[in-house]
Amino acid sequence: MTGTYLGMPSFPRAADASTRDHRLRANLRRATHTIRAKRDRAVAELDDWVQLRAAGAAVKDRTLRHLDHYLVQLEESVTRAGGTVHWAADAAEANRIVTGLVLATGEREVVKVKSMATQETGLNGALAAAGIRAYETDLAELIVQLGDDLPSHILVPAIHRNRAEIRDIFRRRMAEWGLPAPEGLTDRPADLAEAARLHLREKFLRAKVAVSGANFAVAETGTLVVVESEGNGRMCLTLPETLISVVGIEKVVPTWRDLEIFLQLLPRSSTAERMNPYTSMWTGTTDGDGPRAFHLVLLDNGRTDTLADTTGRQALRCIRCSACLNVCPVYERAGGHAYGSPYPGPIGAVLTPQLRGLASPLEESLPYASSLCGACFEACPVAIDIPEVLVHLRERVVEGGTVTLRGTRTVIKPAKRHATERTVMRAAGWAFDHPRVLRRGQRLLARTRGLHPGRLPGPGRAWSDARDLPEVPPESFRDWWARTRGGSGRKGEPS
Amino acid sequence: MRVGLFVTCVNDTLYPRTGRAVVTLLERLGVQVDFPAEQSCCGQPLFNTGYRHRTEPLLRRYAAAFRDHDYIVTPSGSCAAMVRDNYPRIAAKATAEGRPGAVPAAVAEAAARTYELTEFLVDVLGVTDVGAYYPHTVTYHPTCHGLRVLGLGDRPQRLLERVEGLDLRELPGAEECCGFGGTFAVKNPAVSAAMGTDKARAVTSTGARALCTVDNSCLMHIGGILAREGSPVTPVHIAEILAGSKEDGADGTPAGDGAGRGAAR
Ligand code: SF4
Repeated sequence: MTGTYLGMPSFPRAADASTRDHRLRANLRRATHTIRAKRDRAVAELDDWVQLRAAGAAVKDRTLRHLDHYLVQLEESVTRAGGTVHWAADAAEANRIVTGLVLATGEREVVKVKSMATQETGLNGALAAAGIRAYETDLAELIVQLGDDLPSHILVPAIHRNRAEIRDIFRRRMAEWGLPAPEGLTDRPADLAEAARLHLREKFLRAKVAVSGANFAVAETGTLVVVESEGNGRMCLTLPETLISVVGIEKVVPTWRDLEIFLQLLPRSSTAERMNPYTSMWTGTTDGDGPRAFHLVLLDNGRTDTLADTTGRQALRCIRCSACLNVCPVYERAGGHAYGSPYPGPIGAVLTPQLRGLASPLEESLPYASSLCGACFEACPVAIDIPEVLVHLRERVVEGGTVTLRGTRTVIKPAKRHATERTVMRAAGWAFDHPRVLRRGQRLLARTRGLHPGRLPGPGRAWSDARDLPEVPPESFRDWWARTRGGSGRKGEPS
Repeated sequence: MRVGLFVTCVNDTLYPRTGRAVVTLLERLGVQVDFPAEQSCCGQPLFNTGYRHRTEPLLRRYAAAFRDHDYIVTPSGSCAAMVRDNYPRIAAKATAEGRPGAVPAAVAEAAARTYELTEFLVDVLGVTDVGAYYPHTVTYHPTCHGLRVLGLGDRPQRLLERVEGLDLRELPGAEECCGFGGTFAVKNPAVSAAMGTDKARAVTSTGARALCTVDNSCLMHIGGILAREGSPVTPVHIAEILAGSKEDGADGTPAGDGAGRGAAR
């Protein structure tokens, strides 16, 4: 895959282009509105959804509070079951470990189960650089890979593509990657699925090494869990001889019983199903069944730093269900690519700047990529207060402050781009605390009302380009009150 | 009962008629209203943009201005949400960070006495029929803060349904954000305008003459787009509808004649 997230433009710039892409907007609108309605129905079926949600959040929070303990327990359980555990501090280390493991098998091809963690580390690129070809087997990931594209949704990476586009990609590219698309392929969903099935079958039967992520890792037993809809993941998890799973350290849950909560929360929030069609679980290795070798790569990549932030750490509860994306009006219009990361939408807007730090104008712009409407918080099955974290990160952008970067407490400076805004906000804050000044400003506005331009200058331009400005009334409420009731209420303000 | 009106800076400066409507309405219902002049902005624009520290004096000011009132009533869902949801958090954080000036106890206590107008009418006064007359087709947009933070539920609709002559039209996609979001409209103009345009389209599709909300900021945004598109729909704050009566001859054009909103320019 040649796509990369490096050098992405800031969110507003990317969104300015994507909101104008009518086909993209129509594709996204149709897809998100359909799943949104289905999810509402699936959630409404459970009388105890509120309690389940609270339980999910509580288990995650408690696990995160004692993460060191549960990770060590997980390592012991996996090792006992015959697996090997590796620790990766960042993306580069994780990629180095995986690449080394694959090369050691003597193989030059891997099949992949859809995984957010390896998207995050850019594993496919690292493997390619080492001469290893990685084949995505999730249908949507396959579409993205064949199209030299980037994923734009957590669950449905090719959500931005419609059937006709997918057919064209298959026709154009499948031959280069393996079995070509059947002659005269149509854009009927069944035909597209069959083409993908034939193409992938060849890969499954040949591959000796598979790479996966995991939705959950049970500390108590060392069991890894992958849930999916297509069954392609299960092929990768059972057929090859070596299985390498790259898993974020926040995916651990303490006990087997905890799965009871998450296996209800996840499918209903994610695909609006009561239960996902395939739940695959594996614990180390077993003689005569499944992979002979199993490696677990535990990925930090900014998670420990995120954990050090008392407000921001709730983002680590995320179970990647994508419900927040599907209800987000900003995501629906801007599309997933505008977020410049495999984590788009509301969760991406809070996760990416925390995992990567405020590294560039893109990460600085993400906390502002929300109208704070609260739909994401309402939909989130583990009750992450995304608006709260967004505002918290905005504060970090404009005021700087103490953060943890690679394990060290560091004071970061406010972003330079916000210098003018800071001055304006300081002045506004001061004026708001001095109502007399505010009143003088109101009167000046009212007196000059005939002179106001129909369009605003400076940053307000964009506002008045799309909307008419409100007209300033001749008298403020404050003045009206003082004029008509000044004597009756509490003391009027001396002017 | 001492009721303090928290008019909010946007209403004070741009929509004084909304504040006057609240006074008319509450007085008609026998409530004596007081307007403490020391009040100011709730601090939402500062807070939402990331300037939490700058809001701390405003918390203090709010608690002091409304110290003696049994209830604080505001015709702005988003400002009520700011006070109720964020003030206690800001005050607690300030104390935790060693700036006890934000007086957590007084602030939390003032926040608990704060009501958005329709909540006050339904929950405190226990009325849904406020004796209003408004003979027009109206569609209601439940603003995000009213809907999700305050949990207003169907209180506004229950009030509107009891208004004589009013024909309430359902708004498609009502629960979707209009795209205003304060500084969001300035920082992400393309997405904000796209959201607002979709909302304006939904409003027009209802065939209603007036668009009603509990928040003038959202009305300013949607109204500005409607006006730019030459739509005949008039944005009007719910207080202005509820304050209308036969006596002031509220028949011809919908009250909230456009003055102070996206007006003809
Ligand atoms: S933040 Fe919540 S809603 Fe969004 S993907 Fe994560 S768990 Fe799902």
